[in-house]
Amino acid sequence: MKVLVAVKRVVDYNVKVRPRSDGSDVDINNVKMSINPFCEIAVEEAIRLKEAGVAEEVIAVSIGSVQVQEQIRTSLALGADRGIHIETQDSLEPLVIARLLNSIIDKEKPALVITGKQSIDGDNNQTGQMLAALAGMPQGTFASEITIDGDEISVVREVDGGLQTVKLSLPAVVTTDLRLNEPRYASLPNIMKAKKKPLDVFTPEELGIELSNHIHLIHVEPPPERQAGIKVEDVDELVDKLKNEVKVI
Amino acid sequence: MATLVIAEHDNQELKPATLNTVEAAKALNSEINLLVAGKNCGNVANTASNIENVSKVYLADSEAYEHQLAENVSLLIHDLALQHDAVLAPATVNNKNTLPRVAAMLGVSQISDVISIETDGVFKRPIYAGNVIATVKTSDPKWIITVRTTAFDACAAVGGSAAIEEVDIVHDAKISSFMKEEVAVSDRPELTAAGIVISGGRGMQNGDNFKLLEGIADKLGAAMGASRAAVDAGFVPNDMQVGQTGKIVAPDLYIAVGISGAIQHLAGMKDSKVIVAINKDEDAPIFQVADYGLVADLFEALPEFESKI
Repeated sequence: MKVLVAVKRVVDYNVKVRPRSDGSDVDINNVKMSINPFCEIAVEEAIRLKEAGVAEEVIAVSIGSVQVQEQIRTSLALGADRGIHIETQDSLEPLVIARLLNSIIDKEKPALVITGKQSIDGDNNQTGQMLAALAGMPQGTFASEITIDGDEISVVREVDGGLQTVKLSLPAVVTTDLRLNEPRYASLPNIMKAKKKPLDVFTPEELGIELSNHIHLIHVEPPPERQAGIKVEDVDELVDKLKNEVKVI
Repeated sequence: MATLVIAEHDNQELKPATLNTVEAAKALNSEINLLVAGKNCGNVANTASNIENVSKVYLADSEAYEHQLAENVSLLIHDLALQHDAVLAPATVNNKNTLPRVAAMLGVSQISDVISIETDGVFKRPIYAGNVIATVKTSDPKWIITVRTTAFDACAAVGGSAAIEEVDIVHDAKISSFMKEEVAVSDRPELTAAGIVISGGRGMQNGDNFKLLEGIADKLGAAMGASRAAVDAGFVPNDMQVGQTGKIVAPDLYIAVGISGAIQHLAGMKDSKVIVAINKDEDAPIFQVADYGLVADLFEALPEFESKI
């Protein structure tokens, strides 16, 4: 079977972003960019399916400017077989991204689509679910374990208070949670090999998708600063403050 | 027209997150209707009908909705959404799962995790793990919104007398089925609803040492949490994770033990009323947000703290 993995280029998770001085957007000039950590887990899971003989082909798709080809190449170095780049300069919201990805599903007919549960920039947590709805597929969100059995997939999901297992008919969409796997590092020979793997580029027009955002960013600001309090000397003073000063215990 | 609020429940009890969401919905100044979808959840609907400001409670009681499977529930919400201007739901795992499907079916965008509802379709929401607050405006004709419940007070659970309307639309998409659920059984309060939360981080060194927190949690009636570092290290299960990729909490008292204070953790707890940090590293970033910081070895401080509270 064919597995499609969506990867997003985001500000590296170690970078603390700040609003621009005019508050028009966040300042991401000259900051390190990486694959969204949840997307990296998605790539890893797809590759493991291939190594286990369950998947025959893993396709990595990303949307954005030509720079997202870096993240596609990283995915190829990790073990994906080929890449698809949907080229656009626009900043897109999850609904539009889901429509673009759905057009790739129409072309490629994957049995399984794996995405991250959220990207660490927009924190929307929507794309996988929207894609599943548009494609008419079931979804296994926040996955911590997946098992494919014939034309079905079992997904263990991280839910409030514990774990839930659902069974979905394939094709299906899975979104990854942290504990699904620990992604590998790409080796140098694989990074070199990745440069030769096929990468197709499409424009949204070629895919027949109109880019229209429904949500408009007005401005951004830092969150209210929390003031640091005091250091207490010992446990006695801490207990006293909690009991008598703020009266929370 | 009206606003539809999705009730959070487990077929037996209405969860408090519902009340914060109704409070948020008031800002839209329209009639508020509530949906209780589940199986044998009539009692939940009865409780919900007492919530202040709620006009009508839709009760959809069917096997298809018992486990909140997104494929089925999203079809139901979609149908009801056609008669409403806005759908608001608490940003719980269930609604994070279901609501984007509804939005996609309606062809509108979703606004996730709103912390403030202004006029004319303007909302505030945290992005980049809460390091930045974005103000956004929607141009959609219908608004699909999840609410960060810690940002809104709870409305009164009593005082209303909504009519209960049974909805007999049964959607079973037959593409997904529930197999099993392993829910940690605990007498402690739920993490997101607790008045006091005590969390451990990498400094706890292993899962066994979390027992040091249990005694304190029991004495204080607190819920237990953990940092992502502690979860990643395998000390405790992921459902205890507080942070950007875990649960967002805002209790009256948050006690962070052996937690350095990574951005991703702060995003999940910095709206707590009082924050206490216990850490042996006096330069740990957690002290920058703590009201009371104790620089100490947690293995000495915790037993002493437990004995003195």
